[in-house]
Amino acid sequence: MTMHAIRAYTVETRTRASTIALVVAVLIIAVAIVLPAFASRRLVQELFFILTMLTLAQFWNLLAGYGGLVSIGQQAFVGIGAYALFGSVILGAVDPLTAILIGGVAALVLAVPFAFFAFRLNGAYFAIGTWVLAEVVRLSVAQWRAVGGGTGTSLPREATDAIPFVGAIATLFDVRDPAARDILAYWLALALAVAAIGGIYWLLRTKRGLALAAIRDNSEAARSVGVDAAPIKWFVFLAAAFGTGLTGALIYLQKARISPDAAFSVNDWTAYVIFIVVIGGIGTIEGPIIGVIVFFLLQSMLAQYGTWYLIALGTIGIVVMLFAPRGIWGLISDRTGLQLFPIRRRLVVGDAFKQQSASREE
Amino acid sequence: MALISLDRVNRSFGALTVADGVTFDVAEGEALGIIGPNGAGKSTLFNLIAGNIAPESGTIRFLGEDVTKTPAMRRCIAGMGRSFQIPQPFSKLTVFENLLVAGAFGRNRSEADVAQDCAEVLRKTGLLAKANTVAGALSLLERKRLELARALATDPKLLLLDEIAGGLTEGECGELVKTIKAIHAGGVTIIWIEHVLHALNSVVERLLVLHFGKVIGIGKPEAIMASAEVREIYLGIEV
Repeated sequence: MTMHAIRAYTVETRTRASTIALVVAVLIIAVAIVLPAFASRRLVQELFFILTMLTLAQFWNLLAGYGGLVSIGQQAFVGIGAYALFGSVILGAVDPLTAILIGGVAALVLAVPFAFFAFRLNGAYFAIGTWVLAEVVRLSVAQWRAVGGGTGTSLPREATDAIPFVGAIATLFDVRDPAARDILAYWLALALAVAAIGGIYWLLRTKRGLALAAIRDNSEAARSVGVDAAPIKWFVFLAAAFGTGLTGALIYLQKARISPDAAFSVNDWTAYVIFIVVIGGIGTIEGPIIGVIVFFLLQSMLAQYGTWYLIALGTIGIVVMLFAPRGIWGLISDRTGLQLFPIRRRLVVGDAFKQQSASREE
Repeated sequence: MALISLDRVNRSFGALTVADGVTFDVAEGEALGIIGPNGAGKSTLFNLIAGNIAPESGTIRFLGEDVTKTPAMRRCIAGMGRSFQIPQPFSKLTVFENLLVAGAFGRNRSEADVAQDCAEVLRKTGLLAKANTVAGALSLLERKRLELARALATDPKLLLLDEIAGGLTEGECGELVKTIKAIHAGGVTIIWIEHVLHALNSVVERLLVLHFGKVIGIGKPEAIMASAEVREIYLGIEV
């Protein structure tokens, strides 16, 4: 009987909604790729902003929502990625696209000592610790004279003119170089966002993803079943730093102007990102996608009101945390059971075996 | 050969001594029961054996190796599986996923490799119907069964069971004893802390009595139960 049972079980993760979601996602990506052919320059710039914020949000969600590492210091990696790009373009005459990769690597390298110190702290202390470390990085970079010290600098014209593929894009879409640069940056942001979502989803479907969930639920029990939390936390922290650094470099390649206060802004690169994740739904991949759309709409409607805008964001954040702690996506999936990126491993017992065990129980 | 041996293991929490020179061996394939009044240090002893807390002095050997300083997760991979007295499920994961974590990490294999075995453990422990239920939604009895199932999923050589029969009905208890006997017959060494003596005595070959962190008796269940000291300390309190 046991021999029959051996192959009577299968494990499934896919749901019908997720299959439809995959088809829709492929369509959306296809449309997004050809979009610059008929979209205005302004729309391309707005989508660039949405995509880069989405990528930052996905990585912060990976840290806090899945890894339990609530960092308020991710601006350190945006800033160091951006400054590595400026430094290597201005001082090393590297071409700007290669410099984006250097930005990611610089963030990865910075993450090692960063985590070494921050991982000694837990919970709220970890959060404050990361913030302090990020300030240390900001103050140190502000001493770097070659890239403008505390006042910052701009990318030299020769460098922005030398970005590969811009000429080809300008000819293809019959636009001028600045618009072509925006289109290239938009495509890179699209690629980065898709890679971030795909990569995080893949991670959660692997054994490591299962361990992350177990550690988050009960770290003591996780240890007792053989899960070693330390390497998994390191992996998540380094991966998030690398992705955040790449995004930071890309954001500042598009801005073409940098200063320490802007590149290491806790508001722009961490507070807004936390807002996006929290209102969308922390600990889900769908949450940040919804969150970034809500954030963008709020910003376009309210940003002109300055301080009131920030007060409104804060109030909305508090209300969501109190009344819908799992965010907008949490409300939707509770009501409908919908999962667009399912990670549940469902055990399916084969029909033949079900009958056998049923008859035996009688 | 002794599978696990403790040599003069000491541990205290402040002024409270919870393990006082604890020394005993458990042979491979044996089943040992641990009894003692509440607060005798039984669960602490499991925490010491499984590596959840460290002893202040003394040595713990598992499979002939000194594991006194080995972290809990390495001891699990080496072949120790434990249940917690107060169930500690991964509450947002399903029952099946709870076992997958234990199987994949406790045995250091891939998820796909252990999936069938995990499903078999669920069948043996009567949890198959709950496989896709989130562990946080289980009843207390189901949680206790999950503790046993998750420990089994790590494919242990030594199984540490902490009061898993408490609160069960007579019928359920009989089922549980049957399950544990089958596990034991499969060659797994068992140390079982339990207050339900008839269940315990129907499985174990030896009993160990713990009182204020001290081993005050170890031997055949009949001999232990007949000892005047044990009757006074343990059964006296039970009545």
